[in-house]
Amino acid sequence: MTDRAKWFFVALVSVIVIGIAAGVGVVGWFQYQARGSAPSAIAISSADDWATGERVVFRNTAAGEGYGQVASVPLADPQGPRALVDRACDRVAASEDEFVCLRTERGVVPRYTATLFTDDGSERDSWPLAGIPSRARISPDGTLIATTSFVTGHSYATVGFSTETVVHATDGRDFGNLEDYTLVVDGEVVAPVDRNYWGVTFVDDTTFYATAGLTTTGTTYLVRGDLETRTLTAIATGVECPSLSPDGARIAFKRVTSGSGPTAHWTPAVMDLASGEVRVLNRETRNVDDQIAWLDDDTILYGLPRDGVAGDTDVWSLPADGSDEPALFIPHAWSPAVVR
Amino acid sequence: MYISLSNTPEPDEQEGTRSAPEANRPRGVRTVSSTVVTLGVVSMLTDISSESVAAILPLYITGVLGLSTIAFGFLDGLYQGVSALVRIAGGHVSDRLDQPKWVAFVGYALAAVARLGLLFGSGFAALTAVITADRVGKGIRTAPRDALITAASRPETLGRSFGVHRMLDNIGAAVGPLLAFFILLVIPDGYDTVFATSFAFAAIGVVILGVVVPNLRARGRTHGTGSAGAGRTDAAPRARFDWKVITSGPMRRVLAAAGMLGLLTIGDGFVYLVLQSRGGFAALWFPLFYVGTNVAFLAFAVPLGALADRIGRTRVFVWGHAALLAAYVTAALPIADIAATVLCLVFLGAFYAATDGVLAALAAQLTTPETHGTGIAAAQTVVALTRFVSAVGFGFLWYAVGRENSILIVAALLAVAIPVAAVLLRTIAPVRGES
Repeated sequence: MTDRAKWFFVALVSVIVIGIAAGVGVVGWFQYQARGSAPSAIAISSADDWATGERVVFRNTAAGEGYGQVASVPLADPQGPRALVDRACDRVAASEDEFVCLRTERGVVPRYTATLFTDDGSERDSWPLAGIPSRARISPDGTLIATTSFVTGHSYATVGFSTETVVHATDGRDFGNLEDYTLVVDGEVVAPVDRNYWGVTFVDDTTFYATAGLTTTGTTYLVRGDLETRTLTAIATGVECPSLSPDGARIAFKRVTSGSGPTAHWTPAVMDLASGEVRVLNRETRNVDDQIAWLDDDTILYGLPRDGVAGDTDVWSLPADGSDEPALFIPHAWSPAVVR
Repeated sequence: MYISLSNTPEPDEQEGTRSAPEANRPRGVRTVSSTVVTLGVVSMLTDISSESVAAILPLYITGVLGLSTIAFGFLDGLYQGVSALVRIAGGHVSDRLDQPKWVAFVGYALAAVARLGLLFGSGFAALTAVITADRVGKGIRTAPRDALITAASRPETLGRSFGVHRMLDNIGAAVGPLLAFFILLVIPDGYDTVFATSFAFAAIGVVILGVVVPNLRARGRTHGTGSAGAGRTDAAPRARFDWKVITSGPMRRVLAAAGMLGLLTIGDGFVYLVLQSRGGFAALWFPLFYVGTNVAFLAFAVPLGALADRIGRTRVFVWGHAALLAAYVTAALPIADIAATVLCLVFLGAFYAATDGVLAALAAQLTTPETHGTGIAAAQTVVALTRFVSAVGFGFLWYAVGRENSILIVAALLAVAIPVAAVLLRTIAPVRGES
C-alpha cells in the first residue's frame, strides 16, 4: 500500500467508527429527550402539596418529567400522588423543616455537592463532597448532617476504594472527617491503615453510630461515636450501615450473608442494642445495598434496583421482627427518609 | 518546537555511530521521526479511549448498575499488579520474536476489543472482564511500543522522542475524561455513547498502528515498510537472548536507583488527599487534580526530554525527583490554598515529565537493540512495583504519624535518596556520540 492509500484506509475506518459513535449518540439524545419530556410514569400532585406532618421524603425515580427530583408523600398514603420539588438529588435525607440533597453536578468537570434546602426548595447551605454521594443523614433536631461519599481514584490518582464520611454542622461548627477520630477496639486505641467509615446514624447532637470497615479483611465494626471527644468505640462486628430505630433500642443494618468483596450479598438485619442479639431478616432474599430507614418501631424501609430498568428503583418495607415477606412500599423511589 | 513528519533516521544512525552532535545543529530544526509521532498519535487515541471510560466508570457503576464502588476499588489494585507482570512478558516476547510492532498491536487490539464488550455486555462481571482485558493489553503493549520508539529514533535525541510521545499520550489522558463528561453533559444517561466513542478512538488507534507504523526491527535493520520475510533473511544470526543484559553493569545500577526512588514515590492519590484536607479550593477541585497533573506533564515532556539528551538522562531522571520532593513539601506546608495546590500539581507533572519517558530512554540507551523491550519493561516494572510497595507502606505511615508528618518524613528520605542515586549513576556516561 502506498502512504496515500494507507491514510485513506485510516480515514475510511475513522469515518465509519465515528459515524457509529455519533449514531449511538444521536439515538441516545433523542431517547433522553423523549423520556425527559414524557409525562411522569406515576401520578404527581402539584408542588404546593408538599406533604406536611408525617411524611416520607425520597428521590423520585419514575421515568419522565421530574425524574431524580425530591418528592414527598404523606405517611398515610405512600403510594398516592407524590409532590415534587424541583431539586434533583442522588441521595436525600430530611428533617422537620429541611432536607439535605447530595448530588453529582454534571459538567465538563463533575462536582459533588451537599446542599441543605428548606421544604420549599430554597437553599440554606451548600458544601463540596469528595466524591460520588452514598449516604446522608440529618440529626433529630436538624443541626448536624452526616454524609458519606466514595473517594474514587483514577489511573493517575488511584488510592483504591475509600469512603469519606464527614459531619457538617449548620451552625458553623466543624466536626470534620471521621478518619481523624480516635478509634477504640476492645478497649485499645488502634489505627488500622485500611480503615474506612460510612453510614452514620444520629442518636442526638453528640452521639451517633457508624460503620468502621477494614478493606483488607472485610471486617466491619459497629462504632459508637462521640463528637465532643472525637472518639469512635467499636461495640459489635459484622454491622454495616447502621440505622437507629425511633425508640433508640435497636439498630437495623445490612450484613454480608454470602460472598465477600465484589461478590458480597447483603441481607437486612436488626440488632438489639441492650442484648447484642442479632436477627437476620432472611425473608428478604435479594441483595440489599442501602442504609435502612425505619418507618416506625416495627417496620424498616430500603431501596432496591428495579429489575431490568436501569436507573429505576423501588422502596420496600419489611417487618423488623422478620415475621413477614417484604412488600412494595413506594414504587419508583429511592433514598427514603421518614419525617414524623 | 518543530516536528518533521518525514524524517526517519538512517539505519547507521540508529546504531549510534558517531553522528554530528545535536548541539551543533541549528536550534529549532531538531526533528523527531514520523514513526514516533504516529506512535504518539496512536497512544493519544488509545488514552482518550481508556481514560474516557475510566473517568465515568464510578458514576456508571453506582448510577446505572446500582452497585457500590467497593467492588471495583477492591479489584483495582490486583489489576495494577497483573499489568506490571504482563508488561515484562510483553517486552521479553517482543525481543524474542523481534516483532515489537505486532506485539504492541496485540496489546492495543485487545484493549479495543474490550471496548466492544462494554457496548454489548452488561453487569458487573462483563465490566470486570473488560477492565481486565484493558489492563492486560496496556501491560503487553507498553514495552514493545517503547522499543519501537527507540528503533525509530537517533540515540542522541531519544529523550526528545520519548518526550514527544509522552506529550501526545498525555493530551489523550487529559482529553478523554473531559470528552466523556461532555457527552454526559449533553446526554445525561449517554453511557452507551461514551462507550461507542471510546471504541471508535481505540479502533482508529489500532488501525493507524497496524497500517501506518512501519514494522521496525531491531535486529534486521530493515526499516520502513520492509516485509517481515525480508527482515528475517537479512537478519544477522539471531543473538541468544541473555538476561544478563539487564542484570549486570550499568543497567543493574539504573534498576537499583529507580527502585530506591520508586520506594519513595507514594502516589499522586496520597498527595491529592493531603491537598484536599486543606478544604476550600482544593476540595472543590479535587476531581480535576489529575487533569492538572497531566497538563503539566504534557507541557514539560518535550523540554525535559530534550534536556535529558543534552545534559544526560541519568541527571534529569535523578533530579526530576527533586520536583517530586518539592511537590511533597508544597503539599505538606501550610501555605495559601490556591497557590499551593497549583504549584503542587505543576511539580508533580514536572516529576513525571522528567522521569517517565526519560527512564525508558535511559533503559534503551543501556541495552542492546536485541534487548530493548526487556530492558525498558524491566525498568518500568521495577518502578511500578516499588511504587506499589511505597503506596502500601505510606498507608501505614499515614495512620501512624498523621498526614503532614508522614509526607514530610518521605520528603526527608527522598532528599537523602536523590544524592545517593546521583552517586550511584554518576559513572553512566551520557549518550554515545555526545561530548
